[in-house]
Amino acid sequence: MNRLGLAERLRNHFEGVGVEFLQDCGQHILVVSRERFLGVARELRDAPDLRFDVLMDLCGVDYLTYGGGGRKGGRFAVVYQMLSIAHNERVRVKVFLDDETPVMDSVVGLWESANWYERETFDLFGILFDGHTDLRRILTDYGFVGHPFRKDFPVVGTVEMRYDAERGRVVYQPVTVEPRAHPPRVIRRDNRYEGEGVGGQR
Amino acid sequence: MAEIRNYTLNLGPQHPAAHGVLRLILELDGEVVQRADPHIGLLHRGTEKLAESRAFNQNIGFMTRMDYISMMLNEHPYVMAVERLLGIEVPLRAQYIRVMFDEVSRMLNHLFFLGTSGLDLGAMTMFLYTFREREDLFDCYEAVSGARMHTQYFRPGGVYRDLPETMPQYRSSRWSNQKDVDRLNANRQGSLLDFLWDFTERFPANVDEYETLLTDNRIWKQRTVGIGVVTPERALQLGFSGPMLRGSGVAWDLRKKQPYEVYDRLDFDIPVGVTGDCYDRYLVRIEELRQSNRIIRQCIEWLRRNPGPVMVSDRKVAPPSREEMKRDMESLIHHFKLFSEGYVVPEGEVYAAVEHPKGELGVYLMSDGANKPYRFRVRTATFPHLAAMDEMVRGHMLADVVSVVGTIDIVFGEVDR
Repeated sequence: MNRLGLAERLRNHFEGVGVEFLQDCGQHILVVSRERFLGVARELRDAPDLRFDVLMDLCGVDYLTYGGGGRKGGRFAVVYQMLSIAHNERVRVKVFLDDETPVMDSVVGLWESANWYERETFDLFGILFDGHTDLRRILTDYGFVGHPFRKDFPVVGTVEMRYDAERGRVVYQPVTVEPRAHPPRVIRRDNRYEGEGVGGQR
Repeated sequence: MAEIRNYTLNLGPQHPAAHGVLRLILELDGEVVQRADPHIGLLHRGTEKLAESRAFNQNIGFMTRMDYISMMLNEHPYVMAVERLLGIEVPLRAQYIRVMFDEVSRMLNHLFFLGTSGLDLGAMTMFLYTFREREDLFDCYEAVSGARMHTQYFRPGGVYRDLPETMPQYRSSRWSNQKDVDRLNANRQGSLLDFLWDFTERFPANVDEYETLLTDNRIWKQRTVGIGVVTPERALQLGFSGPMLRGSGVAWDLRKKQPYEVYDRLDFDIPVGVTGDCYDRYLVRIEELRQSNRIIRQCIEWLRRNPGPVMVSDRKVAPPSREEMKRDMESLIHHFKLFSEGYVVPEGEVYAAVEHPKGELGVYLMSDGANKPYRFRVRTATFPHLAAMDEMVRGHMLADVVSVVGTIDIVFGEVDR
C-alpha cells in the first residue's frame, strides 16, 4: 500500500519545520514545539498517506526528577498516542512545556476522544488546555486541592479524611501517614544496555 | 398552563445498574434524556502514581486490580512493555500459556457482561448461568497461580510457573456428602489442561443456551435494538476500540492487525456488527466467546505436545529456582537482589497494547534507568467509551441509559484507575 516506510513519510511531511524525529523500541516519536503542534496534528490526521484518525491516548508527564533531577528542557510534556486504522500504524507525539503553569492547545476539535483525556491531564498535572470548553476536574474528589501526579506532590497526599464523633460528620485533616518508599529508587548504569534508549535524552 | 422545564436526576453512585460507582447527572425532559454528565473518579486509587514508587515486578499486582473482571489479561500489556524495554524474548511455551489465559480472561469478561447486562435488563437467569461457567474458569486461575482473581501470574520474561499436573479437589464436609463431592471432582482428575479441555467441550452448548434465552427474546431485543447507535466515523472520532468499535462495523482487532505473542499462528475469526447498536455489540461479544473457545482449544493442543521452559533463563530478570538458590552462591545473590531491589530497566519509553475484551488496553511505560518506572500510564478502553455516554444516550429514554451502561461493559477499577 505504502511504498515508503512511516519514518520516511513523516520526514517528507515535517522535515525542516522544527520537528524532532526519534525512535524507541521501534516506535516512532515526534517531538514538536507547542507553536507548531496544532498544524502537525491536523496534518497527521488529514494527510492521505498518514491518516492518524484515532487519538488513542493523551497523557501528561512531569520530568522534574527524571534521571535523579536536573534534566534540561521543559518540565512537563503532553504525550499523544495516535493510531491509523487505515494504514495500521502508530505514532507518538510529545510536546514539552516549560512554565510552572503550563498551557497547551486543545485537540478536541480534531479528535473528540481528547475531551476527557485533557480533563484528566488538567486534573492530575495542572496542564491547562486552551480551547477546551469544559475543563473541570475529573478523577479527584470534589474540592480537591493540588495536582497529584506532579512529582513534587507526595504519594501519601496532603489531607486525610476521618469521621469526627463530636461534630458528627466527616472532616479533613492534615495527613498523618509517614511517606515511605520501599525499595529505594536506584539508577544503575548497566553496561548491557549502554547506547540504547531515546536519542537526545541520553 | 404550568411551566414545563427539564428535570435533573442523579443516578448513582450507589445503584445496582451503575456497575460500581458511576454517578450520572441526567437532564431529563419528561422521560427523554437531554444530557448525561458522568462523574467518575470515585474509585480513583492513583495507581499510576503508586506504580512510580514500586519496583517493576511489584506493579504487576496493580494491573490485575485495574479491570477486576478480566484479571490476568490486564497483566499482559504491562509485562510486554517491560519486556520490550529490556529487550527480552519470551519462550514460546510461555507465549502460548499467556494467549490461553488471555482468552480465558476474555471469556470471564464476556460472561460477566452477559450476566450483569442481562440482570439490568430484566433477564435475571443469565446471571446464574454465566456465573456457573465463570466459577470453572476461576478454578483454572486458582490451579495455575493460587489465587482466584488477583493472580500475578504473568511476569516479565514469561509466566510464574508451568501449568500444574493436578487440579485442586473438592473435599467432603458437613454440608456435602461423598457422592456430591465425587461428582464435582469427576472432571478434575487430570491436569489443568484436561480440565480446561473438558470445559471447552461443554462451553459451545452453554453459549447456545444463553442465545436461546436472549438472542431472539422479544424483551431483550426491544431493550437493545436501535439503542445507543454509533456510526463507524463517530466511533473512530470518539476513540472507541474493541467490541464497541467492531459493533459499529470496523474490522479492527489488535490480535489480527498487530499480532502479539502467538496470535498470528492461531486460527480464529473476528465478528463485526452492522448497525452499531447495543444488540450488535451483544452479538459481537457472543461470537467472541465462541472464538475464544476455539483459540483455547488450539493452545491446549499445542501445549500438550510441546513441553519446555516458561521463563527466560536470564537471572538478572527471572529469579532462580529454590533448588539452585540453596546450592549456588551466585543464585542466592541474584535472588536477594531481585527481591530486595528488583532489576533496572534501560532508559527509554514504550507503548504496548493488547486487545482487551473491552477494547485496547495500552501501557505507556517510561524508564529513566531506575528499578522503578518513571512514568506509568494505562490507557484503558472504557474511559473514552464512558466519555461518549452523553452522545449515546441523548434522545433516548431513561430506561435506555441502563442498556447503554451495560453495553459499554464498564468496570470502575479500569475507568478510574
